[in-house]
Amino acid sequence: MAEPVAMMKGDAASNQRPFYAQFTPEQLKEALRRMCLIRRFEEGAEEAYMRGLIHGTMHLSIGQEASAVGSTMALRKTDYITSTHRGHGHCIGKGADPKLMFAEFFGKEEGYCRGRGGSMHIADVESGNLGANGIVAGGIPIAVGAALAIKKQKRDDVALCFFGDGATNEGAFHEALNMASIWKLPVIFVCENNKYGMSVSTERSMAVANVADRASAYNMPGVIVDGNRIEEVAEAVLTAIARAREGQGPTLVECKTYRTRGHSRSDRNRYRTKEEIEEWKLRDPIGHFETELVANGIATADEVAAIFAASDAEIAAGLIFAQNGTDPSPNEVTRDVYTPGIPA
Amino acid sequence: MNAPIRELTYAQAIQEALATAMEADERVFIMGEDIGVYGGAFQVTGDLVHRFGEDRVMDTPISELGAAGIAVGAALAGSRPILEFQFSDFATLAMEQIVNQAAKMRFMLGGKVSVPLVMRLPSGSGTGAAAQHSQSLEAWLAHVPGLKVVQPSTPHDAKGLLLAAIDDPDPVMVFEHKLLYKMKGEVPEKAYRIPIGKAVVRREGRHVTIVATSIMVHRALEAAEVLAGEGIEAEVIDLRTLRPLDTATIIESVKKTTRLACVYEGVKTLGIGAEISALIAESEAFDYLDAPILRLGGVDSPIPYNPTLEKAAVPQTPGIIEQVRNLVKGRI
Repeated sequence: MAEPVAMMKGDAASNQRPFYAQFTPEQLKEALRRMCLIRRFEEGAEEAYMRGLIHGTMHLSIGQEASAVGSTMALRKTDYITSTHRGHGHCIGKGADPKLMFAEFFGKEEGYCRGRGGSMHIADVESGNLGANGIVAGGIPIAVGAALAIKKQKRDDVALCFFGDGATNEGAFHEALNMASIWKLPVIFVCENNKYGMSVSTERSMAVANVADRASAYNMPGVIVDGNRIEEVAEAVLTAIARAREGQGPTLVECKTYRTRGHSRSDRNRYRTKEEIEEWKLRDPIGHFETELVANGIATADEVAAIFAASDAEIAAGLIFAQNGTDPSPNEVTRDVYTPGIPA
Repeated sequence: MNAPIRELTYAQAIQEALATAMEADERVFIMGEDIGVYGGAFQVTGDLVHRFGEDRVMDTPISELGAAGIAVGAALAGSRPILEFQFSDFATLAMEQIVNQAAKMRFMLGGKVSVPLVMRLPSGSGTGAAAQHSQSLEAWLAHVPGLKVVQPSTPHDAKGLLLAAIDDPDPVMVFEHKLLYKMKGEVPEKAYRIPIGKAVVRREGRHVTIVATSIMVHRALEAAEVLAGEGIEAEVIDLRTLRPLDTATIIESVKKTTRLACVYEGVKTLGIGAEISALIAESEAFDYLDAPILRLGGVDSPIPYNPTLEKAAVPQTPGIIEQVRNLVKGRI
């Protein structure tokens, strides 16, 4: 791994966690692969940005891979997710192809949004990802609406809604959670609490200590997990999914986590200390999971190394694919504002 | 023998369109504040909840932003939601979802999705409801690429435009006028559509074109009748759709009449009249103009409570007669 990793060795209780029985060894290794792919994807995107190959901005989720993959690993293809501006991990977690994501970053026709959306609007509707969102809390009522449609269509799918701690201070959060609860909709609210809404800490912006404390206002379970441990995330989300599929309504899962990079490209980290960042880097979710898989005999060190090597290769190939993509024609600047064939 | 003409009110025509759409397509449902047993603030949904049940005629909490977002999400996931705002003014609480999400989703996602949702917005002044319940915000929303905006002026159009809006794969904002809800008119029983993006000539004339919207269509027609007695023949166009604008009908009419008046209730400054004026200024019709363009819109003020002031804030028939007469006088 690129990040310095201090392993949490000797965690004897970990192999007795339900998580290791809830998923097959193949699923667990696939989860590690996706976490690794997310990390490498974002490192690749960051480097391409530094080299001036892509413009605009991006919001990296390095350090938050466990919540992205732990939340999505039990979902079906027909389940929906809504995502955030920090959504690359959610997208890959739900099954997106990194090369098509890179193509979007490079603004190419081959990208998920034909180069019209960029990092903040990547969606992969075919895999059930209704999209990242540039508006904080914008995706929360949309996820509830998707859950309402699921219920109306008598499907047993669910909608899983990612958002950050900052979104819980928006009115949309309150309105959406209230309606999800009164209508008992099959939705799972996954808050990735990374301690800061851009630069303002949760201590300075929230009247309660935990986002999960807010669940009681909507009469739904509020669960707090270590968001850097995929086992904790996945177990909590699996319980919430089962509840949702059974028609018992929504759950709020709060993943306590941290982004080791800045908010976006303009961040100079003036609101937090180097010590804090370094301390969280020691709790790297990928390093932790890798150790657990090997310690529990689910994967060998060689298998783990092969996963990392394959991710490196996939990312390198994806970057080349994206750079060789097709630029959209300026003649098509208004394409897809409206559905074709209808007067507009 | 002709079949007897069936008349419905504008509100009944909307209700019939809603019922027709829900009967034809189980994906269609309605949501909004007090639209269930209460029947809607203007009794548009009436007893639909008893016919279709609470799952399809859904009372929401007073949560306009959340409800708008839920409509967007439901549309993305295969349903056909129709959201009623109790007053169009309350859509300001939902602008985030309307402008940032519904309008842009298809474009941002590279055409991979459609957002087939309808929002109904009771609008306009004249009910004594004062500044926060009387606005005409249609030009705001018509400024946003990705939205379609219609303004039915008759019971016939109210049904036909709403059914077209429900069929449409993109988000359509239907601005209804509160003063028109009790207006009666002929409404066929069959399911028919008024195409979105098509204006209609309500009265033909050769001296001046009056482009009007919503309730102003009726005031323009009253004015045209009076002016006809004076030898001034006004052509009255009912715009019906603000976006996409039917430019051809307006340009052709102005080429014929050589004069243009725009009459609308929304605030005049930066409103739909400015767009139509610029359209003519940029078109071949400009060379045909025999008089300056006239815009009659709402004054630069919130809508006042006092009934005299309330009337003074938006165009009324006598003012339309006088100003159109001045536009034409001595020039024909």
